[in-house]
Amino acid sequence: MQKLLLLGDEAIAQAAIDGGISGIYAYPGTPSTEIMEYVQASKLAKENGIRALWSANEKTAMESALGMSYAGKRAMVCMKHVGLNVAADAFINAAITGANGGLVVVSADDPSMHSSQNEQDSRFYGKFSLIPMLEPSNQQEAYDMTRYAFELSEKMRIPVLLRITTRLAHSRTGLETSDAVAQNELRLPDNLRQFVLLPSIARKQYRELLGKQEQLEAAASESGFNRMIEGSDKRLGIIACGLAYNYLLENYTDDKLVNPVLKIGQYPVPLDMVNELYESCEEIIVLEDGYPMIEELLRGMLNKGKSIKGRLDGTLPRDGELNPVVVGHALGKGHEHGSEIPPLVKNRPPKLCDGCSHNDAFLALNEALNAYGRGRVFSDIGCYTLSALEPLEAINSCVDMGASITMAIGAADAGLVPAVAAIGDSTFTHSGMTGLLDAVNNNSPITVLILDNSTTGMTGGQASSAYGRIDDIVRGLGVSEEHIRILKPLRKNHEENTAIIKEELAYQGVSVIIPRRECIQTLNRKMRQKATAKAMNI
Amino acid sequence: MKKDIILAGVGGQGILSIAACIGMAALEESLYLKQAEVHGMSQRGGAVQSNLRLSSDPIASDLIPEGKADIILAVEPMESLRYLPMLNKNGWIITSINPFDNIKDYPEIEQLMKEIWKQPKYITLDANAMAKDCGSIKAANMVVLGAAVPFLGLKPSSIEAAVKAIFGRKGDEIVALNLKAIYAGRDHTLKQL
Repeated sequence: MQKLLLLGDEAIAQAAIDGGISGIYAYPGTPSTEIMEYVQASKLAKENGIRALWSANEKTAMESALGMSYAGKRAMVCMKHVGLNVAADAFINAAITGANGGLVVVSADDPSMHSSQNEQDSRFYGKFSLIPMLEPSNQQEAYDMTRYAFELSEKMRIPVLLRITTRLAHSRTGLETSDAVAQNELRLPDNLRQFVLLPSIARKQYRELLGKQEQLEAAASESGFNRMIEGSDKRLGIIACGLAYNYLLENYTDDKLVNPVLKIGQYPVPLDMVNELYESCEEIIVLEDGYPMIEELLRGMLNKGKSIKGRLDGTLPRDGELNPVVVGHALGKGHEHGSEIPPLVKNRPPKLCDGCSHNDAFLALNEALNAYGRGRVFSDIGCYTLSALEPLEAINSCVDMGASITMAIGAADAGLVPAVAAIGDSTFTHSGMTGLLDAVNNNSPITVLILDNSTTGMTGGQASSAYGRIDDIVRGLGVSEEHIRILKPLRKNHEENTAIIKEELAYQGVSVIIPRRECIQTLNRKMRQKATAKAMNI
Repeated sequence: MKKDIILAGVGGQGILSIAACIGMAALEESLYLKQAEVHGMSQRGGAVQSNLRLSSDPIASDLIPEGKADIILAVEPMESLRYLPMLNKNGWIITSINPFDNIKDYPEIEQLMKEIWKQPKYITLDANAMAKDCGSIKAANMVVLGAAVPFLGLKPSSIEAAVKAIFGRKGDEIVALNLKAIYAGRDHTLKQL
């Protein structure tokens, strides 16, 4: 046993290493990124030969992890919540194939959208796919649940979903690890047709999955991650899922909590436990960080049973992250007030760094587009999305990974010509390449800027799957050589860059412009590492 | 013992290093600790904060409840005021007076200081100048950390051990610089108390 100070993400990574994974697959995405980064930096993981490289996107990551599970070894795959949308095809079908080696999928939700475009709740994916799901309330549970998840996955021959939220992922605390286990030997599935989802086989597999539900519910009763805490005041029963349990306890540091509480950390939720609370209490309040999933199930469509309080009846806010104060209010408690924020305190939104290459690229694009008017730049997800804000105000969309190129195709089809797409190098390899192929096949009159800063910048500078081969990829997809233009986005090249962009905007076919200059953060970090190495005389 | 601390600054100013030092020192003393950080988009030059909770008893929430923070520790004066609703009635503001002006409507520093001086309990310090005197302006965050030391209830030996653990791989000179900066901040506060 060892005591470590770890982020929730790091606790999961350490548990995966101790739990005998042979590989981890992921695409960076806040708040999940640090799981893979921890494994990559782990000496133990290196010694054990654990495979830990970034995948091109969440779908390829999910499928690779499934392949490792097929071969009998334990695998983890990590993503942010919206990444699970990308991986959904593989994810849902992996529930039908089932697992061989333990397979744990980590999805990190972002209630309040600290760094995301929505606050979808991954628990619905767990329910939808009919696989077991774990939701830790603290970092120790994150560690313990990850260890348990691999065992459950192998015992039930099914993938397991671990659902965390930003607050747990990025909060650090001390925790204790337990003894490590060795990696599995290579071992093919007993039934070599298990992973062949031909309709005739899939129907059988699906019935098998349905048949497992009762056992999964029993497992959730026995694991200890769901538990009833007795209370004498039966006027109100409390259901607290995952992190919400902490906010509940925070409100009872001075006085004792006298209501019965059902703490939920594992799904499918055992019906008998919920029923016991429901039957013994006059009303129920449901505390869950995310969508009102349990609350909705308890209310039912007609809401004709006992009073169920939560996000749907306004006892708690319908959206956003929970915190100790909103949970306290829901339980009839007041809270302390500090003083007001003085009006002279101004907003300080995030912005592109000083010296960022995107800044110079968008200044040139803005000027080149002056002749055509505003409102025709479709963009994507990355640091460059900040160019939507003042002072650049250069882009008009940010929807999902890769949507820039394909939305530009549709807008051009509708007559918005030229339509422009702006996408980063990492996002391009994540989901932009197929869209560019569509554009080439359609000969769409669009101009695509692939902003190549040779990194995945927003999440902290992870390797970009392009590895310096953007030009080759673009050429290979069929963009004609004379319309692949490479720029160096620097202030001193502004006139020249603007002129090149203007030329390509005028071209009635697919142009790809590649403003290429390394991310200033990545560059600075490399220089710092060099200085540190020098100081250490390495 | 219980200390709830809001660390405030602008992305890139080094509040996570402050958090790491205090956290490591708390661990040296076998205290419970929870520290919620901000990663991702806001780190790009935006306002950032971290909730750091230390206690001799187990801690439930990763977030400090509104109105319950004991200290606002800020490396930037405007940011020290942004979290006032979090501070309890007897809480201290400890802040650098060096503005980080990366927005177009940044207020006058004199006006900011007047707001800070209106608060019941505060320590203000020219962390940049003090860090420069210690050898490098880069240690300004450690000067601010030092100014909080008299309020943290942690042993000097724990803080030293933490700095060595965190900066050790960068060499002895960096460790010495950071310790010097921390002592400068601490002495500044002790003189004002």
